[in-house]
Amino acid sequence: MPLLLDLFCTFFRVGLFTFGGGYAMLPLLQREIVEKKKWATEEELLEYFAVGQCTPGIIAVNTATFVGCKQKGLTGGIVASLGIVSPSLIIITVIAAVLENFAHIPAVQNAFAGIRVAVCVLILNSVVKLLKSAVKDKLTLIVFLVVGVGAALFRQVSPIWFILAAALVGITARVWLHAGKEGRT
Amino acid sequence: MILLRLFFEFFKVGLFAVGGGLATIPFLYDLGARTGWFNAMDVANMLAVSESTPGPIGVNMATYVGFSCAGIPGGLAATLGLVTPSIIVILLVAAALHAFRQSRYVDAAFYTLRPASTGLIAAAGWSVFLLVLLNLPDFRAGGDLLTLFRWKNILLFAVIWVLTNRVKKLKKVHPVAFIAFAAVAGIVFRLGGA
Repeated sequence: MPLLLDLFCTFFRVGLFTFGGGYAMLPLLQREIVEKKKWATEEELLEYFAVGQCTPGIIAVNTATFVGCKQKGLTGGIVASLGIVSPSLIIITVIAAVLENFAHIPAVQNAFAGIRVAVCVLILNSVVKLLKSAVKDKLTLIVFLVVGVGAALFRQVSPIWFILAAALVGITARVWLHAGKEGRT
Repeated sequence: MILLRLFFEFFKVGLFAVGGGLATIPFLYDLGARTGWFNAMDVANMLAVSESTPGPIGVNMATYVGFSCAGIPGGLAATLGLVTPSIIVILLVAAALHAFRQSRYVDAAFYTLRPASTGLIAAAGWSVFLLVLLNLPDFRAGGDLLTLFRWKNILLFAVIWVLTNRVKKLKKVHPVAFIAFAAVAGIVFRLGGA
C-alpha cells in the first residue's frame, strides 16, 4: 500500500475506534503506530502525545499530524489528520441528519432531557479530574478561580482573551519574575 | 458566506482551545451566543452525541455544529477549520522539537493555561447546570421557590453522580453507558415534559 494511503487508513481506524479522544486514544495508537506500523518507537509516540497536549488544538489531531509529518512531511501530516477526522465527519453527519428528523417525537425529547442531566455529571467529573492535574499551587488556583468566575460573570468576553491573559501571567510569573530573582541573588 | 465564516470560527477554536476534548465547549457557547446559530441546550445535546460516538469530542462537535448550520458542506468547513491550526502549529513545532520541549516559555505558559482552560470549562458547565437543574424562567415569572428546582433532574443528577464516583465497579464503565441510562430515565419519567 502506498505510504499516504496507509497513513490515511491507519488514522481512519484510530478515529473510528476511539471514543472521546485524548487519553482514550493512547493504547490504540501504541498498537497501530508502534507495534504494527513501526512508524515511531514507544518513546517517540509519548513525546508526540506530550507535544500534542502542549500545543493548541485537539490532542488527537495534533498527534496524528505529528506522526504523518515525520513520515512524509506536510502532505503526510495533512493526510493523517484527514484520516483521523473522517470517521467523525461521516458518523456525526448521519446521526445529526437522523436526529433532525426525529427531534419532534416526544420520546426523543424526553430522552435528550435525561441525557442532558448525564452530560452535567460528566462535565462535573471531567472538571474535577482536570483540577487535580492543573491546580498545583496558589498561582494555578488563583488562575482557575479568576478565569472560572470571570467567564461565568462576563459571558460576552471571548474565551480567547482569558487564554491569552493566562499565558501571559504564566510567562510573567515563571520566566520573567523568576529570572529577576535569579539575577539578584 | 456561511462556509467561510464556519471555517474561520472553528479555526479560532482550534487555535485557542487548549487541552483537547471539553476545552472546545466554552468556545462553542461563545460562538452560539454571538451568531445565534444554536443555543446552550443545543450544545448540551451535541456534547451528549459527541461523547457517545467514536472520534475525538472536539472534532465531533465541530462536525455537528457545521452540519446543523449549513448541511454537509458546513460540517466539512467547520472540521477543516478546526484542524488547520493543528497542522500549521505541529509543522512548526516538529521542525524545532528539541527547542520547543526545552523552552521555559512554553512550559511557563502551559503552567497557567491548564487551570485557565479548566476554569473556562467550569464556567461553561455552570451554564449547563443552571439550564438543566433549575427552572429560572418560571421562577422569575412566578417567584415561587418550589418552581425553581427541577426536582426529577436533580434526583437523576445525584443518582448518576453516585454511580460514577462512589461505586467502584462502575468507575471504568464508559460514559456512553450512563448516557444511555439517562436517556431511558428521561423517557420513563418524562423529563422533557413531552
